Amino acid sequence: MAEGLVALAHRHQFDDAAQQYEASALGMWVFLVTEIMFFGGVFTAYVAYRSAYPGAFGHASEHLDLTLGAINTAVLIASSLTMALAVHASQLGKRSVLLTFLPLTMILGAVFLGIKAVEYADKFHHHLVPGAHFAFAGPDARQAEIFFSLYFAMTGLHALHMVIGLGVLAVLVLQARKGRFGTGYHTPIEIAGLYWHFVDIVWIFLFPLLYLIERHH
Amino acid sequence: MEATTPRTNYLNADYGVRSWLFTTDHKRIGLLYLGSITVMFLLGGIFALLIRLELLTPGPDLVSADTYNKLFTMHGIVMIFFFLIPSIPAVLGNFLIPLMIGARDLAFPRVNLLSWYIYIVGALFTLYAMVIGGVDTGWTFYTPFSTMASNTNVIPTALGIFITGFSSILTGLNFIVTIHRMRAPGMTWFRLPLFVWAHYATSIIMILGTPVIAITILLVGMERAFHFGIFDPALGGDPLLFQHLFWFYSHPAVYIMILPSMGVISELITCFSRKRIFGYGFIAASSLAIALLGFLVWAHHMFVSGMSVYAALIFSFLSFAVAIPSAVKVFNWTATLYKGSVSFEAPMLYALGFIGLFTIGGLTGLFLASTGLDVHVTDTYFVVAHFHYIMVGGAIMGYLGGIHFWWPKISGRLYPEGVAKIAAAILFIGFNLTFFPQFVLGYVGMPRRYHVYPEEFQVLNVMSTAGASILGIGYLLPLLYLLWSLRYGTVAGANPWKATGLEWQTPSPPPTDNFTQTPVVTQEAYDYESFDFETVPLQEAKVG
Repeated sequence: MAEGLVALAHRHQFDDAAQQYEASALGMWVFLVTEIMFFGGVFTAYVAYRSAYPGAFGHASEHLDLTLGAINTAVLIASSLTMALAVHASQLGKRSVLLTFLPLTMILGAVFLGIKAVEYADKFHHHLVPGAHFAFAGPDARQAEIFFSLYFAMTGLHALHMVIGLGVLAVLVLQARKGRFGTGYHTPIEIAGLYWHFVDIVWIFLFPLLYLIERHH
Repeated sequence: MEATTPRTNYLNADYGVRSWLFTTDHKRIGLLYLGSITVMFLLGGIFALLIRLELLTPGPDLVSADTYNKLFTMHGIVMIFFFLIPSIPAVLGNFLIPLMIGARDLAFPRVNLLSWYIYIVGALFTLYAMVIGGVDTGWTFYTPFSTMASNTNVIPTALGIFITGFSSILTGLNFIVTIHRMRAPGMTWFRLPLFVWAHYATSIIMILGTPVIAITILLVGMERAFHFGIFDPALGGDPLLFQHLFWFYSHPAVYIMILPSMGVISELITCFSRKRIFGYGFIAASSLAIALLGFLVWAHHMFVSGMSVYAALIFSFLSFAVAIPSAVKVFNWTATLYKGSVSFEAPMLYALGFIGLFTIGGLTGLFLASTGLDVHVTDTYFVVAHFHYIMVGGAIMGYLGGIHFWWPKISGRLYPEGVAKIAAAILFIGFNLTFFPQFVLGYVGMPRRYHVYPEEFQVLNVMSTAGASILGIGYLLPLLYLLWSLRYGTVAGANPWKATGLEWQTPSPPPTDNFTQTPVVTQEAYDYESFDFETVPLQEAKVG
């Protein structure tokens, strides 16, 4: 595949398109490492407080909507599939297929955010948002508030990454419609795909850590 | 052969403010950073001067306790986040890495420009916070003071640091990809200049550490703004968690400051000894070892904050361990000097100064890594003296040495050697007079971060303030004569030091694309004994 890129246009700092592709892909991988460390900080806080307050975390977790969370997990996994199909289509130079799967990925992402918004509204309604109006029945209300602080911090950051991802995909759809991508040049689709999968994987960790911790009884 | 300046180079290839503000040339972006961090350095220096003036006398004469708290906080924030961390990487690293590896630019020139704009936006937020009243938490932002008690401008300052962190992340990302993917033919990993190795290690810390401080600051902001109880003990949170997360970045950040300086020193020592560097592989590997071990020592900042004896023992042991790769470097530099043809140009004076001061700073670090002794000197001036020996005596000496060494490449002109040597000597004397008394002060019990002190500490404090004035003059001198040399300096030519790096094989200042033809590397980095300097300026003939 790399040989096929050689003859195509590339930016002046690169010797050829293959070098440009390799640099871009490595750049995205390095960026994802920084993202892991970014989320790592808040996961560390989660580990510290979950081990300190296991009971309170269990009680608080039961206030999350398991059905909506599970649906959202399925939606995101489906969006990863459509994203992978979009990358595949771009590699084969199938523009119409690409222009099917990219918008489909965006729709699934938007569905996820919509369901998330419903969940947030429900928490707001039930006074489960940390702060002055927080109300939680039971002796471990303070610790439950930490759980919800972490819940909003973690899912909020994740949702922010989804919004950014949707913006990136929107730009790619516009570029794809202008015919910028072909068998020789599809780097932006590929590295956007890496990003999208990463954001999905973060959710794969968030879902059990937040929704599934006390469901065994 | 008369030294010449090429008719077209990166400085005059394009004119006007727009050509600078929208440039993607790594050399011009390096200069944008140079200007910005110099402004921040002067600002941080003014804060330092006010601190030292207040401490001239035991009583509260110049500023109130609250103002003093703000002064040392803003001194720390400006100097660390807006000067030291970007200093060598964003200026010299930006300028030199593509030249040293034989590339036309960094892998992502537009990302590079973006990093500068992010830096500027972050700096503006922080400056805004200072103008509307400043912040008094100390540069460490310890909770719960920063989240609950302080009524100063924590959020805009924290936001400024949060934003600036992304500039550092993007710089590190760009360097890593560039060093992996953009090396010229024949530039194998073990032919890379040690400056590049040092920046590779620095970049690893930047990309692994900076995101953690970003999320930590974000959580502090959320706690202040929305009452998220993550660090607040009243809400069941744990302030120690903040300290762990903070130092997980902020201790490795010390290596972000010192590793690039070590890279500079490796270049200077070998060039001015006219000798192949001793132990190339060990110096390269020790940079990586410092980057990795540096992530495992953070809790030595917390020996008195409360942690288990076993944790303290392990962190103490690892802190001793990180001294080993640092010592490896010092021994290798010393061995390079041995039987070399040593000459004492200004950059070499800085390099030798670095070795001495860094050694003192490093060895006193071992005092602080010892759990027992650390309890005695925690939060005293001993700590202040220790980290200034590393950050000022080490990092800034290396920075200035590097600026002098590569100034002919950057500007095409030589700086005035005589006055530069005098300035280096003034800096060395001023530095030691400022900070050595602080070791003594701390050891006999003067705590840091107070604007008043008992009278018996006055003599040493007067010495320190006098030293600071000398140090200030030492910093102003290079600023003046380097600017002077832009117009009146002797034309440098491609390779005034007869150094071996690829950056010296292209004209000074280099053309926008760095090289007229992609260089092909056929030998190791520092072959000073057998390097044929007659045939080296091969690129100059075609351009000049």
